[in-house]
Amino acid sequence: MFSIIRSIWYTFLHAFHKRETILYPEEKPYLPARYRGRIILSRDPDGNERCVACYLCAAACPVDCISLQAAEDENGRRYPEFFRINFSRCIFCGYCEEACPTYAIQLTPDFEMGEYDRQNMVYEKEHLLINGEGKYHGYNFYKAAGVDFGVKGKGEGENEQPPVDTKSLMP
Amino acid sequence: MLNILIIAGVLFIVLTIAAGLIYVERRLLGLWQDRYGPNRVGPFGLTQVVADMIKIFFKEDWVPPFSDRPVFVMAPAILIATILLTFAVVPFTSVFNVLDSNIAVLFFLGNSSLGVYSVVLGGWASNNKYSLLGAMRASAQMLTYEVFMGLSLMGVVMMADSFNLRDIVEAQKTGWFIIPQFIGFVIFLIAGIAETHRLPFDIPEAEGELVAGYHSEYSGMKFGMFFVGEYLGVTLISALIAIMFFGGWLGPSFLPPVVWFFLKTGFFICFFILLRASLPRPRYDQLMSVGWKILLPLALINILVTGALLLYLK
Repeated sequence: MFSIIRSIWYTFLHAFHKRETILYPEEKPYLPARYRGRIILSRDPDGNERCVACYLCAAACPVDCISLQAAEDENGRRYPEFFRINFSRCIFCGYCEEACPTYAIQLTPDFEMGEYDRQNMVYEKEHLLINGEGKYHGYNFYKAAGVDFGVKGKGEGENEQPPVDTKSLMP
Repeated sequence: MLNILIIAGVLFIVLTIAAGLIYVERRLLGLWQDRYGPNRVGPFGLTQVVADMIKIFFKEDWVPPFSDRPVFVMAPAILIATILLTFAVVPFTSVFNVLDSNIAVLFFLGNSSLGVYSVVLGGWASNNKYSLLGAMRASAQMLTYEVFMGLSLMGVVMMADSFNLRDIVEAQKTGWFIIPQFIGFVIFLIAGIAETHRLPFDIPEAEGELVAGYHSEYSGMKFGMFFVGEYLGVTLISALIAIMFFGGWLGPSFLPPVVWFFLKTGFFICFFILLRASLPRPRYDQLMSVGWKILLPLALINILVTGALLLYLK
C-alpha cells in the first residue's frame, strides 16, 4: 500500500526532471567518432588514394553491396578503376573497415542519407572519396610496404633497413 | 430555449474535454516519462487532436463478417450514450446544469451499470475469444466495483441528507466531505478507476494478454467511440469526485464557481493520468479479492460508523 503511493509520488517527481528526448531535426544528437555511418574512402597524407583495390572489403561485406575494379598506374601502383557502394543494401556493419589493410575505407558519424529515389543510394567513387585522411592520420601504406611503386625508393620506408648487398662478404 | 442552450453547452464542453484529453494524456505521460509527447502538429502539438480525428474518420470502418452485426454496431453507442446521459445530472454550477434531479446519485449509479452492457455486448458480438475473455473480465470487474461504488457514496448522501447533487454541494459550504468521508473518497476513487477500466485496472483491455480485450475487432470511428467513451468516463468520475468530496463549484470568490469546478475536475483527471504513468496492472484474481475482501467491508463499516455518528450527534 505504501509502496503504491511512493511509486505514484516518484513518478510525479519526474515532472521536474530533464527530458531525455533530442528534438532531432533542430537539435543534432552527439555521435561518437567510431559511430558506424556513411562510408567514405580516405586519402593518404600525400593526397593520393589509399585504396589498393585488394577486394578484401568486397569479400568481407555480408550483403555484397561493394563492387570495384582494380587497375594499375604507370608505376604499378594499384587503385580502383571504379568503386561503388550500394547504400540501399549496406547494413553499416563495419566489416569492410575491419578488413581494409590500408585504412582506406572508413565509416563516419553521419547517417543523413535519405533519398526519394533508390538509384540515388548508389554511391560512386567520386561520391565516396574525401580529401582528408579520415580517422587515421599520418598513415601511408606504401611508405610501410616494401615494394617501390613510385612513393618511396627501395629501403627508404618507415622501419625499413637499406637493402642488403647479397654479393658482398662484408657484414 | 435556455434549456436547449444548456444541453448544447454541456455536450460541447464535455466532448471538447474528452477529445482534448487525448492530447493532454499523451503530453502528461510524456512529461512523467521524461519525454515530450506530441509536439509537432501546430503550437505545442495542440492540433494533434484534429489530425487524430481526421485520421480516425477516414479509416476503414470494418465490421468483421463473423460478428453479430447489429449488436456489434450498437455496443460503442451504448457506452457513449450512458455516459453522456449521466452528464445531464452533473451540476457544473448552481445554475448551469441540465436536469436538477432529486435522484441524481442513483441516476449516475444506474447509468454506470448500463455501461457494462456496452463492453459485454461489444466483446460478445465480436465473436473472438480474446474479446469474449475481455468482456467477461470487464463484466466481473465492473459488477464487483459497482457494489461498493454505490455504498461508498452513501456516507456522503447520509451527511447531505439528499440524493440531489446540488444539495450535496450546498451541504459542503461548512466543509468538504473529503475530511469526514475520507474512506468513502478512497473507495470511490478506486471504484471509479475500475469502473472506467483505466489503468491500473484496465484488465478488460490488457494489451499484453488479450490483444485489446473487448474492442480487439473494432476499427475506425467505432473504436474511436470506445476511446472517447473512456475519456468521457474519466471526466465523469473526476467531476463526481469533485462534486461529492471536494465541494463542486464552491471555492474562494476570486474565481468564478465554474472555474473552481473545472479546476477540481481537471486535477483529478491529471491524477488519473498519473496513475496510468506510475502503476502496473494487478492480476485479475488480486483485483477481485481486494474488491470483495477489503473494499466492500470497508465501505460497509464506513456507512455504519457514519450513520451511528450522525444519529449520535442529532
